[in-house]
Amino acid sequence: MQTVIQGGRVIDPARRIDVVADLFIVAGRIAGLGQAPTGFVADQIIDARNRIVCPGLIDLCARLREPGQEHKATIASESAAAAAGGITTLVCPPDTDPPIDEPAVVEWIRRRAKAAGQARVLTLGALTHRLHGERLAEMAALQEVGCVGVSDGGHPVANSRVLRRALEYAATFHLTVFLTPLDPELGHGLAHEGQIAARLGLSGIPVAAETGIIARDLELVRDLGVRVHFGRLSSARAVELIARAQAEGLPVTADAAIHQLHLSEIDLTGFDSRCHVHPPLRSLRDKEALRAGVADGVLGAICSDHQPHEPDAKQAPFGDTEPGISGLDTLLALSLRLVRDGVLPLPAVIERLTHGPARILGLDSGQLGVGAVADVCIFDPDIDWRLEPGDLRSRGRNSPFTGWEWQGRVTHTLLEGRIVYAAEGEN
Amino acid sequence: MGDAEFLIEALAGQLRELLTRRGIADPALVGIHTGGVWIAERLRRRLGILTPLGQMDIAFYRDDFSRIGVHPQVRPSELPFDVDDRHIVLIDDVLYTGRTIRAALNELFDYGRPASVLLAVLVDRGGREVPIEANAIGTRLELPSGDQIQLSGPDPLQLHLRTT
Amino acid sequence: MSAAHLQLDRQGRLLHFLTVEGLTRRHLTEILDTAESLHGVAERQVKKLPTLHGKTVVNLFFEASTRTRTTFELAAKRLSADVLNLNIATSSAVKGESLLDTLRNIEAMQCDMFVVRHEQSGAAEFIARHVKPHIAVLNAGDGRHAHPTQAMLDVFTIRRHKPDFPSLRVAIVGDLLHSRVARSLIHALNILGAGEIRVIAPRTLLPAQVETLGVQVFHDPRLGLREVDVVVMLRLQRERMEGALLPSESEFFQRYGLTEERLALAQPDAIVMHPGPINRGVEIDSRVADGPQSVILEQVTNGIAVRMAIMSITLGHHARSIGESA
Repeated sequence: MQTVIQGGRVIDPARRIDVVADLFIVAGRIAGLGQAPTGFVADQIIDARNRIVCPGLIDLCARLREPGQEHKATIASESAAAAAGGITTLVCPPDTDPPIDEPAVVEWIRRRAKAAGQARVLTLGALTHRLHGERLAEMAALQEVGCVGVSDGGHPVANSRVLRRALEYAATFHLTVFLTPLDPELGHGLAHEGQIAARLGLSGIPVAAETGIIARDLELVRDLGVRVHFGRLSSARAVELIARAQAEGLPVTADAAIHQLHLSEIDLTGFDSRCHVHPPLRSLRDKEALRAGVADGVLGAICSDHQPHEPDAKQAPFGDTEPGISGLDTLLALSLRLVRDGVLPLPAVIERLTHGPARILGLDSGQLGVGAVADVCIFDPDIDWRLEPGDLRSRGRNSPFTGWEWQGRVTHTLLEGRIVYAAEGEN
Repeated sequence: MGDAEFLIEALAGQLRELLTRRGIADPALVGIHTGGVWIAERLRRRLGILTPLGQMDIAFYRDDFSRIGVHPQVRPSELPFDVDDRHIVLIDDVLYTGRTIRAALNELFDYGRPASVLLAVLVDRGGREVPIEANAIGTRLELPSGDQIQLSGPDPLQLHLRTT
Repeated sequence: MSAAHLQLDRQGRLLHFLTVEGLTRRHLTEILDTAESLHGVAERQVKKLPTLHGKTVVNLFFEASTRTRTTFELAAKRLSADVLNLNIATSSAVKGESLLDTLRNIEAMQCDMFVVRHEQSGAAEFIARHVKPHIAVLNAGDGRHAHPTQAMLDVFTIRRHKPDFPSLRVAIVGDLLHSRVARSLIHALNILGAGEIRVIAPRTLLPAQVETLGVQVFHDPRLGLREVDVVVMLRLQRERMEGALLPSESEFFQRYGLTEERLALAQPDAIVMHPGPINRGVEIDSRVADGPQSVILEQVTNGIAVRMAIMSITLGHHARSIGESA
């Protein structure tokens, strides 16, 4: 199979490329840019004039709800949503049921993802057995079967002794450890501890719930030299801590969930359960600091923090609802909005969605160099559209962004050179 | 339509005669908000009644609550005397369908068991929807159902007729 | 859409009563004046008005509270409504029925008003958002968020003693962090233009940024109580000791309990209020609770008239809104 993507503006941040050129794909890999490889005969031509051609998006945190919570979503349903959103790689944290703490679960997910065939699904193995934070998980075995890192799966390890050993053990195998910094005790609440929580009478989560844990973890990193990635930061002070650690040369990276860059505590007004997330939406100042962190690269990736829910999970008084936003459908659109808001230029935004997360994962993907796997996203930057609740491809309809208006929409997604999504009216 | 004082004069005369005929020496007057209270005050002065004036706002007793709700300026009903075994004169400005008086009687009886109740109105415009009649009447007017008659006050008291 | 808007119709009339926040002085005054005209009903031979005759009021209590439920029940009955008491905490919710399912079931019984008490902040608003349009929802307390009928009976009681709000100094003492009563009262006092609202508590019992609600913060009652006209004591729940918010009831009483000595710092004619039920010797000394300045029992009496007012106003507006759209 030989494909040419014709006439698009190719943005490949990994190689600082931003040109209007044809992109050639042969046998699932990038075969040339601008100039056809010898003997190239197109089986398939994609017209990309006036469109942006970039690496497929890599989403560092997407709950696919399988195995264990198929009533919320499945690998098949969410892979399809990812493809429609220009996302070609999904990183699945280990808090499935059963958790990803044994090779059989990894294999099972891989098989399901392959059967669905619409996105690459990577797994993070559990840091501790059953994610209980007490005994180590079989990290080496998990790495063997393909886990790209290990993680606390959203359940921070409270016991510092266990965490230290887990980090040490992971370091032995050069595994990157993905941590979610939220103190399990201080983090027990419903909203950012601030004026909105005071007004609505929601139990507050102080910023220290995040920064206290990060400070502890950074000291362990300093001792052990292990590569740690902090996922889904929510506060200005956390960004500061990470920036300082990076300046000192510690091997730490971090990301922001896209909704944290667009929403704040104010969006909880009216007890909007769609904005119930964990960590909570914080102040406008925090939102601005997170945006700045993404802009200057302290936060090297933007992820969807995708958490699809069945309607019942959100149809209750705020405190009885489950946290999380269904984010795959809006990851690209919300990221493009950052360009419009003047936060960072288009190539930089694409970097945070492609090469940035790839680097964090230690992968060679997220770029369009010759020989790279042909995971490609093509979008039309000028399409105006509005997200109606019925338009969500994810099975999770829990999005606070319905009714928002956007500019820029995916027209094609290619996975290993194969078109896995084409917008209506496209070939 | 003009000054209402001469109608009150007439009403006071009728009422005085009626009370004498019935042998009621010290009746208690109860005005229905708002116009009825203005009239009741004047009647009380003219008749030289000592018992303080009672006032009732029948908002909570209206039979059209399900259509129009509670009036936002509802005032407290105040009957500063024991209703039990008293001779009561209920006073309103305009007697029309009779529903207001029905509500007022209900409210009055929630305060106690009066010896008797008389009804005095400034204007009886006909159009009754319930079997209620006044004992003393300032004037009778036959008005088409679309017309509205209203009392403004308290000083001066004036009747206004709005025809359709 | 915020609760403030959810509870008003297009003409700005109250359809539900979910929170005091966002209402205008006109709304509150209408309630207080209506309550004033209902206040005397209890002294009549027949303590009943026919206003809500034929209407059905459902007390939907997801959190047990005999006292609050009783006052709502009495208010509804004095307005001649039929009353149904449902304690969901002990019935279907336990069997896994969702809140919406419970609502649909009760709606099917042709009710006109839900009086809702729930342990979660925002529950009454959630219910108001999801009920059929002809049903009025009254918030009888949602989590830590709001208890607007209590706030209205509090300001009603204050107004009867101290009608001059601009010169009024009010101190609210105790567990504000968990208090829906305090949140609603603060909004009501601010809307009615109260001169000064103080909160007095240790920092563990104050929500972060409580000053943004429009209050002055004091940690020492010896300063905070000085020359106030109204002292509102809040109930201290025993669970607070377990949450490590306070060392002990006795230390709290030592520092913050309202004793005669502390009350002497306030204006000589200051009134003492408490939403009840009171913990004698924990937040308030018996001599103060039963003393001449206490209006605690008056609050209970006033609660009935205020709730009658709110019930007749909201159901009346429902009637009008439906009448207008028909």
